[in-house]
Amino acid sequence: MGIELSNISKSYDNQNWTLKDVSVQIRSGEFFTIVGPSGCGKSTLLRMIAGLISISNGTLKIDGRDVTNLQPQERALTMVFQNYALFPFLDVKANVSFGLKARKMQSAQINERVANALELVGLSELKDRKPRELSGGQRQRVALARAIASDTKVCLMDEPLSNLDAQLRSKMRSEIRELQQKLGITLIYVTHDQVEAMTMADRIMVLHAHTVQQIGTPSEIYQHPANAFVAQFFGTPRMNLLSVHYASKNQRHLKFDSYIDYLLPRDIEDGDYFVGIRPGELEIHTADKANAVIKNIEYLGTQSIIHAVLDNDMEIRITTSKNNTFCLNDHVQIRATNTYFVFDSTGKAIFFNKGDVQNGYTDHKQEPANAL
Amino acid sequence: MDTQITNKNPQMRYKQRKEEKPLMATGLSYNKSKALRDRLYALIFLGPSLLVLIVFVFFPMFRTLYLSFFLTNNLGKPTVFIGFANYISLLSSSAYLHSLQATFIYVIAVSCLTLTLGLLLAQTASQKVRGISFFRTIFSGTMGVSVSVAAIFWLFIFNPSVGMLDQLANLLHLPAINWLTQPGWAMTAVVISTVWMNLGFTFLIFFGAIQSVPSTLYEAAQIEGVSKIYQFFHITLPMISPTLFFVSIITLIESFKSFGLIDLMTAGGPDNATNLLVYRIYQDAFLSGNYGLASTESVILALIIAFFTFIQFKVLEKRVNY
Repeated sequence: MGIELSNISKSYDNQNWTLKDVSVQIRSGEFFTIVGPSGCGKSTLLRMIAGLISISNGTLKIDGRDVTNLQPQERALTMVFQNYALFPFLDVKANVSFGLKARKMQSAQINERVANALELVGLSELKDRKPRELSGGQRQRVALARAIASDTKVCLMDEPLSNLDAQLRSKMRSEIRELQQKLGITLIYVTHDQVEAMTMADRIMVLHAHTVQQIGTPSEIYQHPANAFVAQFFGTPRMNLLSVHYASKNQRHLKFDSYIDYLLPRDIEDGDYFVGIRPGELEIHTADKANAVIKNIEYLGTQSIIHAVLDNDMEIRITTSKNNTFCLNDHVQIRATNTYFVFDSTGKAIFFNKGDVQNGYTDHKQEPANAL
Repeated sequence: MDTQITNKNPQMRYKQRKEEKPLMATGLSYNKSKALRDRLYALIFLGPSLLVLIVFVFFPMFRTLYLSFFLTNNLGKPTVFIGFANYISLLSSSAYLHSLQATFIYVIAVSCLTLTLGLLLAQTASQKVRGISFFRTIFSGTMGVSVSVAAIFWLFIFNPSVGMLDQLANLLHLPAINWLTQPGWAMTAVVISTVWMNLGFTFLIFFGAIQSVPSTLYEAAQIEGVSKIYQFFHITLPMISPTLFFVSIITLIESFKSFGLIDLMTAGGPDNATNLLVYRIYQDAFLSGNYGLASTESVILALIIAFFTFIQFKVLEKRVNY
């Protein structure tokens, strides 16, 4: 069941847009993630797809059927909530069968579906427990089982893992992904966590400031960010964004100092630009000719994040291997590699490494016609 | 009342306290003067409320029980010990049994109507409709009305010559009803006014409870295609069951104790139709000066209330989801 959003917008007063012109075609069986910082409208978008809040503008089609103005129950989908939305007074079994019973399904069929769903999430043995007797991860599985039991082909998830601890979260990530594959459902997954988005999704939609920033596969988004916001949102530690003024007398050099100096493939207009450099794409050495001072070191085991200040007062983050011997206040030499991004003053990406964005990227907003 | 409800398991607490005691007594590091000082502090902090309770609750309680076995003079002093004679004479008096019957009818009618209407109003006010906050204020309005004002207000409404109700009946060509002078109608009138008085409080408590049900529960149900009515009975009611339990007990006890509206509207009449137990106690004690008999009636009323509360706890607590 594909889902087609065309120019979906939301406004509560017809002046300020909570969401503006969101368009995307989600393919059948796709794991589609909507990601963005808090307040970007991602939950609003999900609730509009679910039908819990009305769509101010635009059309929503599920499986080719226009459902823009239909009630939630007429849209044939299911939803998993951040707080699980379990009924505390019902046991696991009754929680899973709640909707089926309300719809007066035959009890033999209900029992079969519930047993199946609980089997799939591995909760068969706990079916008589009350939610308060379950751990956070188990509660989340009950919510998943309920979604599975309703047997719809579209499932919406609203930050389902954000109430779990880090270890459990990574376990549930792969479980949800596996379930989605096994059941072949179309899954729209909202999260504020870029790691979740990157690791789970087939495709990601990045929302920020009420508009879509970019839609693409995790690798497209990471390697070819459409703008500075997307570039900084994905990847830990965050991408360095150094502002620079370019004038034609610089002869295609974006130069910060003698070791960080990028040669552009073609001339650009004079003006202000941002150079984006991922912390892993810088080299750091102990050398006589130093251009930076280490201000802070975060030791992470497999790597260290070094915060340094260049001689021209720019702050910069660099990751190094675990076998480094740098100390606080060391004078070091930081050198550029060939991987960098150039954004114009509005944040739009124009260069990637040594090529124009137009050559290196495909335009991700335009889906091929046979996408559905 | 409150302590009974908040202590979910009074036996547990008692057990814990018992286990603590030997620790205090045998604890070697526990020095005796410190233990003594702790006792003193406890007494200082508890003393004032203990004093108030003794003077205004415990003493009257035991005095009432004591007086119920005596004949008294008109100053309330016990004169002759008569054992259970007061109890026997009361329970064989047709007037008292009539009061008892009237009280049961009144209590059941008031409790059922208050709970149902309160819940209905609270559910209505929980809908997201424009201007609903106006109704929320109106619905809880009776909380700010004093009994005397309410009585006068309802007396006007029920007045057979200028009353709103009979003017309405007139308009619809219905026979006029002498609300407060016909036995059956007088009871109806008193029930209506009491329910009206109760509604503000009941509404407010129910409204708060309904508001605190997480909205995602309804959203999850809505997506699964669960009807609104099913949602009310299978989500709202179970979720607010502790409140429902609390309010039902409070309402029951309060309606057994109704006095103000009865006194001001019917004074127990007509023909003792609204002469409820509490009003009879008042009449026997302070109008007839029959303190022994009134004490007996008080003890019986207390036992009745205790019995009903006990039943409610037994029956309802199983269905309550804390």
